[in-house]
Amino acid sequence: MATAFQQQIHVALSDLKLQRTIQSATARFGEKRREVISPDVLPEYQELRDHASRLKKHTLDHLDYYLEMLEARVQERGGHVVWCSDAAAAVEAVVAIAREHGVKLAVKSKSMVTEEIHLNEALERNNIEPVETDLGEYIQQLARERPFHIVAPALHKSRADVADLFVDKLGVERTEEPEELTQIARLILREKFLSADMGISGANFVVAESGAVVLVENEGNIRMTTSAPRVHVAVTGIEKLIPRAADLAVFLKLLGRSGSGQPITSYTSFLSGPRREGEINGPDEFYLLLVDNGRTKVLADAEKRETLHCIRCGACSNVCPVYRRIGGHTYPGTYSGPIGAILTPQFAGLGHEPELPFASSLCGACGEVCPVKIDIPRMLLALRRDIKRGEAREKRWPIEKLAFQGWSWVMRHPWVFERAGLLAQVFLPPQGGDAWIRKGPGPLQAWTATRDFPPRAPRSFRRLWRERTGKFYKEPAA
Amino acid sequence: MPNRDRILSRVRSALGRSSGQAIPALPPPRLVIPTWSSEERIRRLQENFRGETFVAVDSDEARDFVASKAQGLAAVASNSSVLRDIGVSGLPNVQSGFVNRDELRSACIAAGVGISSASYAIADPGALVVLAGAEEERLISLAPPRHIAVVPADRVLTSLDEFFTVVPDPALESSSMVLIGGPSRTGDIEMTLTLGVHGPREVYVVIV
Repeated sequence: MATAFQQQIHVALSDLKLQRTIQSATARFGEKRREVISPDVLPEYQELRDHASRLKKHTLDHLDYYLEMLEARVQERGGHVVWCSDAAAAVEAVVAIAREHGVKLAVKSKSMVTEEIHLNEALERNNIEPVETDLGEYIQQLARERPFHIVAPALHKSRADVADLFVDKLGVERTEEPEELTQIARLILREKFLSADMGISGANFVVAESGAVVLVENEGNIRMTTSAPRVHVAVTGIEKLIPRAADLAVFLKLLGRSGSGQPITSYTSFLSGPRREGEINGPDEFYLLLVDNGRTKVLADAEKRETLHCIRCGACSNVCPVYRRIGGHTYPGTYSGPIGAILTPQFAGLGHEPELPFASSLCGACGEVCPVKIDIPRMLLALRRDIKRGEAREKRWPIEKLAFQGWSWVMRHPWVFERAGLLAQVFLPPQGGDAWIRKGPGPLQAWTATRDFPPRAPRSFRRLWRERTGKFYKEPAA
Repeated sequence: MPNRDRILSRVRSALGRSSGQAIPALPPPRLVIPTWSSEERIRRLQENFRGETFVAVDSDEARDFVASKAQGLAAVASNSSVLRDIGVSGLPNVQSGFVNRDELRSACIAAGVGISSASYAIADPGALVVLAGAEEERLISLAPPRHIAVVPADRVLTSLDEFFTVVPDPALESSSMVLIGGPSRTGDIEMTLTLGVHGPREVYVVIV
């Protein structure tokens, strides 16, 4: 029986409009990225990746040290640090801060970790209105959907979809012009910025030495969120730390280019605590929430610790042949794409999403584009191994293991492989034309359920090779 | 156990570290600074900045340019000494010297143009650096639909690397630093570029 994940995949695959939208948007992202990292414009690109990866590794390997440094620096500048071991503790903390300051309305900028902890639902339950202010997130909030893509949350929506949504939810006159739709959102959200009592942001980076959060954006909604209301709450995973502000010289060059194909985004904010003497506008209070929620579990696994290097640029999704077919909503959990396929099972526990690491062709494109050099394909394999090992004994099929051991032996012995090929002719008579095998015998049906097996070629590759070169392949000495 | 101690002890046991354990020295930041002449820096800034740039030969020319871009509009200007020195703050349609939060906010919302200084400009990637403080309020470069920033020519730096060499820790300077790479923009609806979402749709840099 098909699982919920498999059913979702079929829904996405049979939606032609969705297919076209994802393909064209991710292709655009991919092209723009390639333009700005090409060796003639950024010759040091590979060196920057190495450097970024080393910095992330160093910080994670000594995370306790940097967390304590960060806490001290935030407090020195009049900010508050709140440690949250799980999602419940984090939402409780935000609600408590909101209560303390009498908050009725909170404006929010895009933040994956607040999606992860389901902050908006918790605020609503406590009669605090959360308003998403990134245009894509605002659209998603009106539609009551989760983000479709880490960088472009409403990537799957057409202008007509947005027009319908605005008419339905905002009661405005219908227009499909992106320019006009954006102005409608600007007017509505500006009111919200000015009347909100609290601004909630995420953090792209958290600088330990400075006690600062760094936020990267194009719209200006993050600047509004963090400077108009009296209270600023920044929510971040503990893995977002970097040691020094000067390390941003490396990370900023990679993030904008990998995420949206920009050498630098329109705004990069570097915020350290509440407003200071002389400033008449800006938050009176600054809270930094440090969220664990499964991250220390990943940290404890030295083999997969590098999963936490992720700077959420979305480049891996844009090149992934699986994401580009099934889209962001098919992935269970908050994080979609290749990074989601390795993050979600580690955060939620292997038993929760055992299918995810298998939803990959292992083509390696994700690892190749990752700006912080997370070896995603290797992580996928390691997770597959862990999941298989963890499966209950009765679920395992002893013959499967035996079959793969046999397969492995055959593949390592060319002479046997060739004889096996001849033997296969008995079972796979040449059928000519497009005679792909669509349904395998017995247990092999599981394989052919999602793939077709090619018909046997009239002459094998080995035979053609011998005929053309007159050479035999010599089996290496055992 | 309080959350703080719980998380720190989880982190330490994950890493096999103990409380207060020293860490190996971190290599210096990767900062590689090009050697570009002043002309080269300004040329590259003009090429890379995603807004308009204007090079003024003197204060008068700078002030006249600002005046022309602010003409017929309600303008708000920051308390920056750079703006005072070139005479922008004294222009007839320019409001400045705010001391009250609500007045500042309503003036910024009503204004057609916001005039600020920039502590630095960066040639590659093209960007302005605005540090909030008594001389620079955050909303002036953000709320009005047009933003004009004045930057002294000797404050045009080559690169991000040079900026972080000159200002290794922005937190020591300001509660809020922003690097501005161009106008406010979005591509969230069908990846169609739209300017002026929550910030200005037009940004001018005046180099004096």
